[in-house]
Amino acid sequence: MALPDSARRWPGATLARVPYWVYQDAENYRDELRRIFEGPAWSFVCLESDVARPGAFRTTFVGEMPVIVVRGEDGAINAFENRCAHRGALIALDDAGTAKHFQCVYHAWTYDLRGALTGIAFEKGSHGRGGMPAGFCKADHGPRTLRTANVHGLVFATLSGETPPLEAYIGPEILGRIARVLRKPVRVLGRFVQALPNNWKLYVENVKDTYHASLLHAFFGTFRITRLTQGGGVLVSADGGHHASTTINRPEDRTSTAYREQGIRSEREGYRLLDPSLLDGVDEFGDGIQLQILTVFPNFVLQQIQNCLAVRQVVPRGPDAMELHWTYFGFEDDDPAMERRRLKQANLVGPAGYVSMEDGCVGGFVQRGAAAAGDQVSVVNMGGDGAESQETRATEASVRGFWKAYRRYMGY
Amino acid sequence: MVTTAPASLLQPRLAQLNADYARALDDDRLEDWPGFFGDPCLYVITTADNHRQGHAAGVIYADSPGMLHDRVAALREANVYERHTYRHLVGLPAIVGESDGLVRAETPFLVVRIMRDGRMDLFATGRYLDVVVDTHGALRLRERRVVCDGNRFDTLLAIPL
Repeated sequence: MALPDSARRWPGATLARVPYWVYQDAENYRDELRRIFEGPAWSFVCLESDVARPGAFRTTFVGEMPVIVVRGEDGAINAFENRCAHRGALIALDDAGTAKHFQCVYHAWTYDLRGALTGIAFEKGSHGRGGMPAGFCKADHGPRTLRTANVHGLVFATLSGETPPLEAYIGPEILGRIARVLRKPVRVLGRFVQALPNNWKLYVENVKDTYHASLLHAFFGTFRITRLTQGGGVLVSADGGHHASTTINRPEDRTSTAYREQGIRSEREGYRLLDPSLLDGVDEFGDGIQLQILTVFPNFVLQQIQNCLAVRQVVPRGPDAMELHWTYFGFEDDDPAMERRRLKQANLVGPAGYVSMEDGCVGGFVQRGAAAAGDQVSVVNMGGDGAESQETRATEASVRGFWKAYRRYMGY
Repeated sequence: MVTTAPASLLQPRLAQLNADYARALDDDRLEDWPGFFGDPCLYVITTADNHRQGHAAGVIYADSPGMLHDRVAALREANVYERHTYRHLVGLPAIVGESDGLVRAETPFLVVRIMRDGRMDLFATGRYLDVVVDTHGALRLRERRVVCDGNRFDTLLAIPL
């Protein structure tokens, strides 16, 4: 569906109303790819450990743009469009690997680890005939390159020269929340892709929505992993785009035995965990924060649910589809007990997560429910209409923060 | 007492185990599902990529019969998802090893997901990597690693594979 430009109007200045066409309109979607994902924003692309050694690469996406992220011989992390400068074919076809250079399979044009075109098959032709024109300059042709920057083992990339430095972009408060979790070398425990039947923004809003967690997710509420009555709050960056929400365990809940007892005496009559070891978390960060969900605009989520750690990358796939790329991780120095704890707690997240499975379908419920309501608005009013940090999670402040940032990028 | 039967006798029994297992899931008798496992047990759903790379995490990871029962209870009582069913087509089990009363088998499967509006999709293909124990004449799964061929799960995975 594409609405005429005149219909793509924002319904007033308030952050507390969001028009449904913004999840549906094809032209708006194309604008998002240009103005946000290919614009002055940092997109998460991979873990630094994914490209640990020179030549190690991963292929991923910035918006819909296929991208190669590779460690150069000089140790720098390079990123460039995964598109041959000749006819546009993908240059790298694997998810990950190690390369000395990249060669397009179509006509064997080759690129170095910075994405510079270094070789053209039959550049001089054959037997004095054919070949590229004499004036053809390889340096003028190559896939678009992206700037990269890394913080605390996370690699981000941006196509725009105007994007502020990464640390300034994220801001000190949210950076501190990233550093809290990513404080030592990580070890990947698994990767999964979840295809979601909704616009990418519905998922980002869901992650930022602290209000829904104990309402939609009965598992959380029942086992006291997060409740709106527990301590914690939501931190929203000054520009609105990034956030970190936290749930702080009350002192009496802090020991795993308290957890077990509460887990067994559930609020739902007859519902109990036969094996409560799922919830035997330890306070590995030493601050009582048992749940922290963090986003960096537009595509990055860092998750700590007890000892279950993951990064999630949002990949848009059209106005009404997206992929969520999950990477579960622990730390290199985890002992077997800690690894087992993380593997068990991973039941909470991912496509089959006791919690996350519902986030997988609820975006689709909105996409389908609002299918005929492009000219109507949704109400985002919990906790007022501002986008400032709040010491409660019974608020939609960080969702409004998303729209504050989004509208600035989009010019709405 | 643990006994090991010759492979030629085991294969039809393994096939029957898989047929019963698939019928329980497809007929929405989820409460029967944990009964196919022994104690101890391990049930993991992962992908071929993760399996090949030695990544231990699964989208479901249950290392006790209690965790299997908890999964069913959560699906029945806590989790929100749109009503759907599976149709499993399970291939013939290949017996790939036997020792100490344990049988290792590998069995291909294909699962079609039927949504409440009638939509049918090929939801998953893969193989069961099983360790089966024959106790008192009954086969039970000591381990079932569900290794999906693809790394992509559509929307959510509620019902076990």
